[in-house]
Amino acid sequence: MKTIKQLSVFIENRTGRINEVTRILEVGGINMSAFSLAETPDFGILRMIVSDVEAAHRALKEAHFGVNVTDVLLVTCANEPGTMHRILEVLAREQVFIEYMYAFSEGEVANVIIRPTDVARAAEILQSHQPC
Amino acid sequence: MIWNQPKECMSSADKRRMQGERLRKLVERVYHSVPFYRNKMQQMDVAPRDIRSIDDITRLPFTTKQDLRDNYPYDLFAVPMSEIVRLHASSGTTGKPTVVGYTRGDLAVWSEMTARALTAFGADRNDIVSVGYGYGLFTGGLGLHYGVEHMGGTVIPTSSGNTAKHISLMHDFGATALACTPSYALYLADALRDCGMPREEFALRIGIFGAEPWTENMRREIESKLGIDAYNIYGLSEIMGPGVSYECGFKNGSHIGDDHFFPEIVSPDTLEPLPVGEQGELVFTTLTKEGIPLLRYRTKDLCSLDDTPCECGRTAVRMSRIVGRSDDMLIIRGVNLFPSQVESVILEIEELEPHYLLVVDRVNNLDTLQIQVEVRDGFYSDEINRMVELKRKIAARLQSVLGLAADIRLVEPGTIARSEGKAKRVIDNRKLV
Ligand SMILES: [Zn+2]
Repeated sequence: MKTIKQLSVFIENRTGRINEVTRILEVGGINMSAFSLAETPDFGILRMIVSDVEAAHRALKEAHFGVNVTDVLLVTCANEPGTMHRILEVLAREQVFIEYMYAFSEGEVANVIIRPTDVARAAEILQSHQPC
Repeated sequence: MIWNQPKECMSSADKRRMQGERLRKLVERVYHSVPFYRNKMQQMDVAPRDIRSIDDITRLPFTTKQDLRDNYPYDLFAVPMSEIVRLHASSGTTGKPTVVGYTRGDLAVWSEMTARALTAFGADRNDIVSVGYGYGLFTGGLGLHYGVEHMGGTVIPTSSGNTAKHISLMHDFGATALACTPSYALYLADALRDCGMPREEFALRIGIFGAEPWTENMRREIESKLGIDAYNIYGLSEIMGPGVSYECGFKNGSHIGDDHFFPEIVSPDTLEPLPVGEQGELVFTTLTKEGIPLLRYRTKDLCSLDDTPCECGRTAVRMSRIVGRSDDMLIIRGVNLFPSQVESVILEIEELEPHYLLVVDRVNNLDTLQIQVEVRDGFYSDEINRMVELKRKIAARLQSVLGLAADIRLVEPGTIARSEGKAKRVIDNRKLV
């Protein structure tokens, strides 16, 4: 488990806006390893884990996007039944509120991005309990 | 029918003599009881004795909404507060409203003018009028209310807000006339069509519409959808309220109660009076008002006057439809809105850039207001809740100042056009011509 930087981008619900973000990342040679999109009727927030947060942040701001960098937790665990549940159990027992999370798995390994309200405290708890 | 034949059909010579006499007394009165006017007249080197006929009106100073604001709340009142029996107010650009006060005499004139209007629309004491204007500081509700009572008709003080209830009241109480904004009338027409009660069960025959500009096309649509005769009633709180002018059965301009409110058309740029028939800014002098008499009040409404005799027999001069404004005021669902009001709120919200765009439209016959704003760098969040909460906060702040619900749109940085000088702050997609 580690604390990493996540980039979030404010996007109006208009055709082609996400394409514009991916185009800018492509031009900058920046790789996106995970993302999730939260939406309301008129805008959305695209959250991403990228290979170079600073470069992506700069490039998107230059293109007038509303950008924000936040700490999130990246938990890497075995890609097998029950691991996700154990992680959530530990956090729930300690009353840690999760704003949102998203995950991606590949072969033997599963990666979960967790955005708790209190990142530092959640990190501490996961560190000491080692649910996976 | 004509409510007050001697006044409404007075010969032009008699009317001018009466207007001159009333103006002379008015100037005498404000000169001695309102320091604002005395100072202005002294600066212009005009004394009450210089005003001998109505033609001398052009020597008098103008009054603006800003003057009302500067003298908030009571400094333009010409009588002690013990003589004032009613206050009304309209929203102001900087949070401060403009206040008007009425004496018992002023309310009597107002009732008389509204009764004249109702009679010109073909109403009489047998009519049952549902007043769908808001009751409150706004003059629409109470203005019509007392006019209907004065005429001897029956008033249903429905007020605004609840369409289903409005329809059932009109149905059950046998309303023969409806007073509201023309856009609400169109909305009501659709609701009435879908309410399940057949048109024959309604006694509705007269529509009394005002508080916002409308067009002949809207009139045709309202008349055909509601199966009524639709008439324009014009007014503004600074001068009185609804009833300053009104259409007659010929629907060819609105007759101004010019024995009480003397109209002029001036060039909005030079303020020079324009010949009858030319289009310009409408200016009123309240010839008989006691509470807050105003000299040459600039309405900012653009229209023209017609003093040719009307087929109805009234000689009272007619004003055309309002074709626009000489300032940037918008009228949305009957509520006056200045873009600067929105600006003042947005400047106070630290999460926002000082840029905005108002998009006004008419959807299903109701005005809609969208306000686009940009969030300032550093206030973007990765959490949807935070952004939604910010949106809600902006909407609440704006609603409390504007008195109007708006759809807030957070847009991406740099979306709203910036330009030196006059940026385009308003897109009005309503088709009014
Ligand atoms: Zn007429």
